[in-house]
Amino acid sequence: MIGVWNKLNKSTRTNFITIGVIILIYVLCQVMVAAGLMTFLMKGLLIQFCYYAILAVSLNLTVGILGELSLGHAGFMCVGAFASAFFSKSMIDVIENNFIRFSLAIIIGALSAAVFGVIIGVVVLRVRGDYLAIVTLAFGEIIKNVINVMHIGLDSRGFHFSMEVGKLELLEDGEMIIDGAQGIIGTPRDSNFTIGVIFLIITYLIVTNLVNSRSGRAIMAIRDNRIAAESVGIDITKYKILAFTISATLAGVAGVIYSHNITTLEAGRFGYNMSIMILVFVVLGGMGNIRGSMIAAVILTLLPEYLRFLKNYRMLIYAIVLIVMMIFNWSPACINWRKRHSLKDFMNQLMKRFIKSKKEA
Amino acid sequence: MEMLSVKNIGISFGGLHAVDSFSITINKGELYGLIGPNGAGKTTVFNLLTGVYKPDMGQIFLDGKNITGLSTIEINKAGIARTFQNIRLFKNMSVLDNVKCGLHNNNKYSSLAGILRLPSYFKKEKDMTKQAYAILKVFDLDKDAKILSANLPYGKQRKLEIARALATDPKLLLLDEPAAGMNPSETEELMDTIRLVREKYDVTILLIEHDMKLVAGICEKIFVLNFGIELANGLPQDVLNNPEVIKAYLGE
Amino acid sequence: MSFISYFIDGIRLGSVYSIIALGYTMVYGIAKMLNFAHGDVIMVGGFVIFTVMSTWGLSPVFAVLLAIILCTVLGVSIERIAYRPLRKAPSLAVLITAIGVSYLLQNLALIIFGANTKSFTSVISVPSLKLAGGKLSISGETLVTIISCIVLMIALTLFVKRSKTGRAMIAVSEDKDAAVLMGVNVNKTIAITFAIGSALAAIASVLQFSSIPSISSTSGAMPGIKAFVAAVFGGIGSIPGAMIGGILLGIIEILGRRYISMELSDAIVFLILIIVLLVKPTGILGKKHHEKV
Repeated sequence: MIGVWNKLNKSTRTNFITIGVIILIYVLCQVMVAAGLMTFLMKGLLIQFCYYAILAVSLNLTVGILGELSLGHAGFMCVGAFASAFFSKSMIDVIENNFIRFSLAIIIGALSAAVFGVIIGVVVLRVRGDYLAIVTLAFGEIIKNVINVMHIGLDSRGFHFSMEVGKLELLEDGEMIIDGAQGIIGTPRDSNFTIGVIFLIITYLIVTNLVNSRSGRAIMAIRDNRIAAESVGIDITKYKILAFTISATLAGVAGVIYSHNITTLEAGRFGYNMSIMILVFVVLGGMGNIRGSMIAAVILTLLPEYLRFLKNYRMLIYAIVLIVMMIFNWSPACINWRKRHSLKDFMNQLMKRFIKSKKEA
Repeated sequence: MEMLSVKNIGISFGGLHAVDSFSITINKGELYGLIGPNGAGKTTVFNLLTGVYKPDMGQIFLDGKNITGLSTIEINKAGIARTFQNIRLFKNMSVLDNVKCGLHNNNKYSSLAGILRLPSYFKKEKDMTKQAYAILKVFDLDKDAKILSANLPYGKQRKLEIARALATDPKLLLLDEPAAGMNPSETEELMDTIRLVREKYDVTILLIEHDMKLVAGICEKIFVLNFGIELANGLPQDVLNNPEVIKAYLGE
Repeated sequence: MSFISYFIDGIRLGSVYSIIALGYTMVYGIAKMLNFAHGDVIMVGGFVIFTVMSTWGLSPVFAVLLAIILCTVLGVSIERIAYRPLRKAPSLAVLITAIGVSYLLQNLALIIFGANTKSFTSVISVPSLKLAGGKLSISGETLVTIISCIVLMIALTLFVKRSKTGRAMIAVSEDKDAAVLMGVNVNKTIAITFAIGSALAAIASVLQFSSIPSISSTSGAMPGIKAFVAAVFGGIGSIPGAMIGGILLGIIEILGRRYISMELSDAIVFLILIIVLLVKPTGILGKKHHEKV
């Protein structure tokens, strides 16, 4: 058994450990739910952990691995959420099997987000750095605004579309599917914590396996030095679009899980504030560190909920924590201080003293 | 047999003729030196040969194939690999992964095979690791394979760049000041390595270098560039004793 | 006639964007950072004026002066406390810090002034201009905004080109290390840049909130983002670029709102931005940077 374990390559071993830990936490949560040990609030948070973690891991592929700053990740999530919720709500009477309907919803959400991933990927080839940040931000806002004015209804004559409120003349059997800023109400609640965990594991595997493959090396080579990457024949266009598309697709899947777990799906929720929140997960979890993204997403989703008793001061404290953490992590003074007072050195000194005293004895 | 044949290439930047009517013919297996004072346009020649800049005029043939105007990526695929004057490693990747990036186009498997970890992934990765170690061994870098490339000492970083370029299996290798920043004994060692590489990998080499000991020691032919134009070209003893060359280097 | 009045309104909005964008563009040019909190400084300026005039009942002139002073102090303090320690950190770390500062200002305002939108008394008491026999009326706010924008733009261009400090700014923006060797005090130059940017933000707040006229803790965010877009649009780092970008953005936004769709006006602005950047990846007046190989 141990022999087989040692024969696996390092990335395969880390994969097994990480997935093992996720499954362990999942089982623990389910046991707690079954035993009635979990508060109602906490139960609601479980699925949030999953889709935020998926979003953070997928954004890390763009920001940490490819090295391009994106401020529009929520836009991809929005596309996935709306495309799939639209499908599920229209098909609720046609496809009665939840499993089949939700499977199709996942595929539709992922594919529609992927299409936008390719489009943004092409833009990425033209603009870089801070300019790209503003383009992605603009993209997210466009998606939000456009969905906000869409009114689509369905009756026995078919679909009806309008950009203005109250212009749809639906028959009596008709139903609004997307109602502008009110969004989509009553998407079937097909997703749950278990599905969230399954897709989190799939996302984790896709991203880590990609990073540890030939394509992943090519993507990181572009990040580290574009000119050198070209000089060894790495196709910049292909790998940039690939990274952006995979990242967008996974964000779309997170959108599907999200939209099939809430009663009201509003486009207004997917503004740049949400994109920034996901970016904060990635930066605090460590750029390029996939497991770090998942941990940061969970902790930073949990933290504000536990600080709710602080009321208005909650976000204030969150902001201060953010600033202090960045300064602690990056300011030269703090880096020196950390070096001088590191736990490792302290332990080493203790060990030395210990050995010395033993020798003297 | 001609490996590289360059006919009258030139480029100007805002009216300044950085390189003017540059022509050179390098035979297969030759070790050619490109020298000249600072600002003579040596690195610009490399940038023209590798497609970083597109020449305003002239043509470039590699092994009989016209590669004028192709992109850097296509030129690398056609068989030219290079190193850089200011080292350009993939700093956040290990030494081994740097070389594996060089092997990118020689051991292909699809992204999907990588994500799904299909048998082809394991097979090709194993092959690549083996090949990468073989190349690293030539440069005595195999013991540092797992180290982050940014943490290598300077001399080893230069060697790793050559190793990475070599991994693309080039016909022609362009080395931009390979000995810059090395002490005499390191330079000596590097000269041996360059000779060894040429024999072992059957590659033609064109190198830019300021260290005359290295140039005179290993180059079979030397090309002298001054203000973007040819000053001398031929066998080392002839070129280095050429009064024009001495004047360009030492002044009047 | 309505087209002309919309057009003028667009120039008014664009002038506000230009003034805010100037702050963005100067800070970006010199400190190479996206100061995400810049928009929130406008909000702070607005609340200072609101407090002085509506709560304390003092004169508008005093309100505006106090807003300019407080915003300048705020901008310099933010730079000193939050950004300066991160001068050598990766740009993403600085960006996240700026976002943190933005959240901090917004939530402080939320705690102090509450979540409700406050109505803002216009500071500007200039009579409106009637043209074409009364068919075309230009409000006092609009006149003051456009004139302020032009005056500020000229003053700033002269300051950067002629004064010693201005030239130090150019030097720092071109090459920080070389500027140090030439005896330029980089920290001082960056602090002055933040001071100017924040003072401009305070002036923008007077013009912005006098026209809307209402204010809440998040009122600075959208104008901030739009001004950022304007700065990028015109070519970030360029002073005339910020002006052109701002004015164009304002016109597009107002005309889009009137003739295409109220709700889609933001989407139109952002779409045009993307198209401009695809054609000119560094903005209208942006310089193209070649990486030396």
